[in-house]
Amino acid sequence: MPIDVYLNVTVAGILTGLVYGLMALGLSVIFGVVRVVNFAHGEMMSIAMYLTVLLFSSLNLDPLVMLVPIAAVLFVFGYALQAGLINPFISRPEHSQFLLLVALALIIVNTLLIVFGPDARTVQTAYTFDSFQVGALIVDATKLYAGAAAIVVAALLFAFFRFAPLGKAIRACADNYTGALVVGLDVKRLYALTFGIGAACVGAAGVMMTLIVDVTPIIGPTYTLLAFVIVITGGLGSMAGALLGGLLIGVTEALAGLLFTPSAKSMFAFAILVLVLLFRPQGILGRRSI
Amino acid sequence: MAAKTPIETPTKTPAHLADRFARLAASVFGDVAPRAMILLGTLLALLLVAPWLINDYLLTVLIVVLYFAFTGQAWNIMMGFAGQLSLGHAIYAGLGGYIAAVLFARFGIAPWLGFLAVIPVAAACGATIGFLAFRFRVAGVYFAILTIAFAEFARIGFDHLDYVNASAGLFLPVAQYAHNDLWHLRGNPTMFYYVILAAAALVFVLCRALLKSRVGYCWLAIREDEQAARAVGIDSFRYKMAAVMISAVITSFAGVFYAFFYNNLFPEQVFNISRSIEMILGPIIGGIGTLFGPILGAFVLTGLAEALNTTLVALGFDLPGAKQVFYGVCLLLVVVALPDGVWPWLARLIGVEEARR
Amino acid sequence: MPRRIHLSRRHLLASAVAGATSLAAPGVARAQSAGGHPALKVGVLLPRSGFEASIGQDCQRGVDIAPGILKSLNLPELAVMNADTESNVDVARERAEKLINDGAQLLIGAFDSGQTTAIAQVAEQKGIPLVINIAAAPDITEQGYKFVFRNFLTAQMILSSAFENQLELFNLIGASPKSVVYMHVNDTFGTAMSKGINAVMPKFNMPYKIVDEIAYDPTARDLSVEVAKAKGANADALLVVSRLNDAMLITRELVKQRWTPQAILSMGPGWYEDQYLKTLGKLSNGPISLVPFQDPNKKLTKVLDAALTKAYPGINLSTNHVYTFEALLVAADAYKRAGSSDPKALADAIRTTNITDNVSIGPGIQFNAKGQNDKLKCGTIQNRGGKLVVLTPKDAANAKPEWPMAPYANRA
Repeated sequence: MPIDVYLNVTVAGILTGLVYGLMALGLSVIFGVVRVVNFAHGEMMSIAMYLTVLLFSSLNLDPLVMLVPIAAVLFVFGYALQAGLINPFISRPEHSQFLLLVALALIIVNTLLIVFGPDARTVQTAYTFDSFQVGALIVDATKLYAGAAAIVVAALLFAFFRFAPLGKAIRACADNYTGALVVGLDVKRLYALTFGIGAACVGAAGVMMTLIVDVTPIIGPTYTLLAFVIVITGGLGSMAGALLGGLLIGVTEALAGLLFTPSAKSMFAFAILVLVLLFRPQGILGRRSI
Repeated sequence: MAAKTPIETPTKTPAHLADRFARLAASVFGDVAPRAMILLGTLLALLLVAPWLINDYLLTVLIVVLYFAFTGQAWNIMMGFAGQLSLGHAIYAGLGGYIAAVLFARFGIAPWLGFLAVIPVAAACGATIGFLAFRFRVAGVYFAILTIAFAEFARIGFDHLDYVNASAGLFLPVAQYAHNDLWHLRGNPTMFYYVILAAAALVFVLCRALLKSRVGYCWLAIREDEQAARAVGIDSFRYKMAAVMISAVITSFAGVFYAFFYNNLFPEQVFNISRSIEMILGPIIGGIGTLFGPILGAFVLTGLAEALNTTLVALGFDLPGAKQVFYGVCLLLVVVALPDGVWPWLARLIGVEEARR
Repeated sequence: MPRRIHLSRRHLLASAVAGATSLAAPGVARAQSAGGHPALKVGVLLPRSGFEASIGQDCQRGVDIAPGILKSLNLPELAVMNADTESNVDVARERAEKLINDGAQLLIGAFDSGQTTAIAQVAEQKGIPLVINIAAAPDITEQGYKFVFRNFLTAQMILSSAFENQLELFNLIGASPKSVVYMHVNDTFGTAMSKGINAVMPKFNMPYKIVDEIAYDPTARDLSVEVAKAKGANADALLVVSRLNDAMLITRELVKQRWTPQAILSMGPGWYEDQYLKTLGKLSNGPISLVPFQDPNKKLTKVLDAALTKAYPGINLSTNHVYTFEALLVAADAYKRAGSSDPKALADAIRTTNITDNVSIGPGIQFNAKGQNDKLKCGTIQNRGGKLVVLTPKDAANAKPEWPMAPYANRA
């Protein structure tokens, strides 16, 4: 196998990993702060993907333009979901949260099936098939944009949680729930905001994902699982961790696919997950406190 | 192993045996409220005569109900008793099914003997997952993800295992339905019905016995407060390992049953995460940590699915996906309204509350 | 017992249209009497939700357009009872039991091999005939069933026929690839095909050799690595067994990675499906599929095509509709000859089926002792401007091959 194949595959793995990371960011925020196991994560992303398809096919809006509005819509959805449905479950055991979100996922998947039908839907922009060639290296344009978006969103989130007073308050909730209550923070609202922010990330990821894969109603569950793998590998609640986890999984899968049989490549992702769980349970960039 | 049942070496006269059995039964069911015993007895009697009362379709539904009652009970040992959230129980059922099926298909070994081969494998698999998790202090959601990872490992692994026909699927030779062969599990649905009924009843009694034993009390102590349990001298690692291994072995029998009832196995299906989820919905809906919850949960969920189907068909409403939406809404309502599950609530209503566990 | 049904084309079209309009209220089974007999109750099981929803709902179209056509063929009416298997084996079995319980006298289904096996066991035990529309796992008709019939090719038959067709195709163009890279999805069908390839290929003295084999996961979200690996193998052509979503993913990667193989030879679904054509537009042109298909030159094909176009404008007639429709055709034909809805009489009638006026490629519909139609053949299908043309076998051909594929880069 010529050396440029390795180069191309590694670069593809990095970009795919960044896109995965973007998708996992939202989960990291929600899981890291609200401590709710969002088993409807992939399904929420598929809502954003269908919104993108819908707006593209009806108004011919470029997905990149829709990034912010759709993230906003998902923010509202996430906020309402947390405030209205999930909040009483914060203090309930994990299996109870799990059931709630699995039920929600089931409703989302099948509502999408009824509304949009079972067929794959897609967005075809002028740049869908673009790729840049640098010597022997061929770079997929849409993945490059998605990867860039992932870095921007992660940086914004990082800045928000580091510098904005609201972000600091949310971090305070995550660090010490009772303490946050004691100092008079409106934890319920902060949790709803956090869930909304997480959902907005998923929305942004969904928009970018629509450029790369076709959306079907049943696309959700695989992405839910993938997001969990990435977030736990990278470290809960860590923005950089989600991106790093995505990169690690993306590149591992790519190289495993090249060196071994591609059909078994996700085994390697799970192997990394298991190793991380055993030897660094807080994740690669996670903090010790967990 | 601490999971000893209180059976001693019996003196070999029938009278003694009967006496022993009565005492054993008394020790397991002695403190159950009479009203609960009557209800249980009625349910068992109804289930025993069910094949004469209901049509084949309902019999198939009942088989599915009992299958999930059985797997739910097995899962409940780990989650409800010992507090370990497993989302990868499909791995045990899958291993059980594949081993028994391949032994039968290739060597003609009867499934009951095959199950003897399954037991150590399932136990070892459970022990591996348990050992890694408990030694390295992987708990809660992390433990759940670890179990998923192992199930996915098995799925992809079996997808590439040519000996069991990889992802092309393993097919069991299907005998004609002329007669029932219990030893080889070849026969009509009525036979399978009684097999799964017996298995579900047995595992119910076993769970009751476990809960009443020392090991059961230790599990509950660990579930409620592992630190405290350790402080009073309970070896929590050992008891959690016991829970995982017992749960794994029981679940693996469900896999054997599944393989011989459906006669084909695909890694994509038997190890799928959705199989694991199906298994745990019943006990969560029914009531985690209760004995009757998993059984009630299986009845409620399968009954709900069939009722929704029948209703939608009767209304002439043929919209794929609609049933699942209603099903999801019902799940949502139950989990919001009855956080502890249906059974604790129902038991209070009819006055047969299980002791608080 | 050979039978032929002669009707004028105009009459056929008119009644097909009538049939299509009667679809206004689908899902409601009408049990009227036709020709003195009450309508035969046929339970149709398809995976219309869950992960196979797309295919299940496509198959359903073949069911929905059938009534008018069957009527025009002077066949008795079928009262169709639809059931959704939810792409789940347990549910498939329950629904089969329920349909029989509700009076179904014959079952049809169920696309997926696992679900079909579960249904077959119920059918066999109850003595209710099952006519399989689509399911390629060979084991299903190797179990000694008396009530299970399959009018679809097994994986081995698809392979043998696909290789025969390739040879005929290469002969026709006077050229052939010297090397191929073989990509396949690692699911039930893909693996069955791959196992067969090593056994079948040597028998055909193919002009090419397989330089690399790349198996990928059916739930793959991204195939960039797989395609990069395939491109790196430097083969003339791409031989694939895939599904729809991965076919689209592979195509996109081929475009992005700037590799146009001399030919894409597919031996499975995906590459000729409607969605592939619609989604990829000009980029969908060129791939060649060696698959079970309709014979465009058969009379009934034109009728079915017209009915489908009428009911579902913009949908190309293809495999899912054809074989699902033919399953209903087998049912109606057997009912007519049996003159009774007794399941045993129906099964006996199906066993002696001899329909030559059919849709699929091959001599027609007959079943061997195992209940398998072993005369079925694949065709060579090529995508051309959003339409599908048949290149081989000669009898079914309606176009000349385009070879090699036009480079993706020049298709702006």
